[in-house]
Amino acid sequence: MIINHPLLGPRDASEFVYLGDAKLMNRPNPKSETALQDFHDYMYLRDNPAGEHKELWFHEQGDRSWLIVTRNTISHEITHVELARPSA
Amino acid sequence: MRYNALQILRQGLTGHKGWKPAWRKAEPKPEYDIIIVGGGGHGLATAYYLANKFDQKRIAVVEKGWIGGGNVGRNTTIIRSNYMLHENEGFYEFSLKLWEGQEQDFNYNSMVSQRGVINLYHSDSQRDAFVRRGNAMALNGADPVLLDQAGLRKICPFLNFDNTRFPIQGGLLQPRGGTVRHDAVAWGYARGADQKGVDIIENCEVTGFIIEQGVCKGVETSRGTIKARKVGVAVAGSSSKVMALAGMRLPMESHVLQAFVSEGLKPVLPGVITYGAGHFYVSQSDKGGLVFGGDIDGYNSYAQRGNLPVVEDVCEGGVSIMPMIGKARVLRMWGGIMDMSMDGSPIIDKTHIDGLYFNGGWCYGGFKATPASGYCFAQLITTNTPHDTAKHYRMDRFTRGYMIDEKGQGAQPNMH
Ligand SMILES: Cc1cc2nc3c(=O)[nH]c(=O)nc-3n(C[C@H](O)[C@H](O)[C@H](O)COP(=O)(O)OP(=O)(O)OC[C@H]3O[C@@H](n4cnc5c(N)ncnc54)[C@H](O)[C@@H]3O)c2cc1C
Repeated sequence: MIINHPLLGPRDASEFVYLGDAKLMNRPNPKSETALQDFHDYMYLRDNPAGEHKELWFHEQGDRSWLIVTRNTISHEITHVELARPSA
Repeated sequence: MRYNALQILRQGLTGHKGWKPAWRKAEPKPEYDIIIVGGGGHGLATAYYLANKFDQKRIAVVEKGWIGGGNVGRNTTIIRSNYMLHENEGFYEFSLKLWEGQEQDFNYNSMVSQRGVINLYHSDSQRDAFVRRGNAMALNGADPVLLDQAGLRKICPFLNFDNTRFPIQGGLLQPRGGTVRHDAVAWGYARGADQKGVDIIENCEVTGFIIEQGVCKGVETSRGTIKARKVGVAVAGSSSKVMALAGMRLPMESHVLQAFVSEGLKPVLPGVITYGAGHFYVSQSDKGGLVFGGDIDGYNSYAQRGNLPVVEDVCEGGVSIMPMIGKARVLRMWGGIMDMSMDGSPIIDKTHIDGLYFNGGWCYGGFKATPASGYCFAQLITTNTPHDTAKHYRMDRFTRGYMIDEKGQGAQPNMH
């Protein structure tokens, strides 16, 4: 798989480390009444869809930026790549 | 029809015209007592034990594709019980005992071959960890043997003992581990279940569950509605997809694992060799092909194929530990989708929906579990109480903080 890095252009996926669903960026609110349940769900439960998946890839062998990659888990086709955080 | 030597003789004398298909092509009936979703090894074993050990009747196995098309026909066929955590080891040792009696039990030659499984170690600390794991195995009645370098050299003289990065000091051997003909396991359980009247319905995809007031009353399928008093789901890599139909989110990700077979060679390997440090393991099939693999690709996938970086990694691992493998050519490679759980261990449990049971999270190691998984799931479905060796495989263990994490990796499925 080739990941089209927004800053560095096309890079081989093996330069990256995979973390998982990009929803992991949305940490639950620790002060919420349901925090215990929310953190359990955040930590342990996944949608794990067959089809389009927004996911976090870390460019460990490159510029060490976090990317959000939109990839189809059935075909492995990558349709969109963006920086997880806008660059400075 | 029972398979035995007399039968072969009789059929031989009558032109082999009397052999029957091993199981009927069943059509779905409107209603059953028990429906098992997924006709892989675990689903078929469950149906087999339900009918043969737990006296259940009116059972159907509903399979989306064909029998043997999932992971049961894609794995590298290794069986063993060399786990460390007691929540796992008792279960896998129970499974190994069932393997030992399996062929007689279901009257089918599944080619259970206890040729031994060796895990290589490369340092003093790794040896100590293996000694500890061996002790845990022994406590559960398994058969660990610690090999030093001289002992290992006798069995596997061809290994690269002086590998610069990972010099081989020895190995942890389980003589009763080995390999089994994977397709035959599916066929044997299918045939054994069919003989007790279980309907095995192929090309029938479950597309929904009928749930009324918190009770599961059957399934919707691509071939119509089928009612049931109890429904057990064992769909391996499709677990999240299928349980989402019942509104559940699982502690799981689906990942692809690849496997490889070389051209047929003369017998060169005594048994199974695993080289964890180098992400490589290998055995030799009875046809002579080296059957090998390594790590999962590491990203969510429902494609039954992987990518080239892992192919390279696996082949490098192989050549570094067993240089002679460099002369062999890869004949075939493929991938299968695995239900990687958050702690690397499986779930065999009821769900919060009455009458709906779940079996999954087998990661890359569920083939060896097939007999025990089927047995324990059958017991759970019949009696609503878990089998003693499977009582830790609960759905809510993540809420309670009772993870069963052999590697201590934490909630990162691609690291297990
Ligand atoms: C390459 C590879 C190597 C492996 N090596 C080993 C090994 O050496 N040792 C070991 O112990 N384990 C190994 N495993 C793991 C092992 O194969 C699996 O854990 C185990 O086979 C899973 O259980 P199963 O046989 O029931 O799965 P499957 O055979 O995948 O059965 C699940 C079935 O459910 C069906 N299904 C899915 N969705 C639906 C639906 N909606 N309706 C109806 N049916 C549905 C599928 O079609 C499939 O047939 C390996 C796996 C792979 C991929």
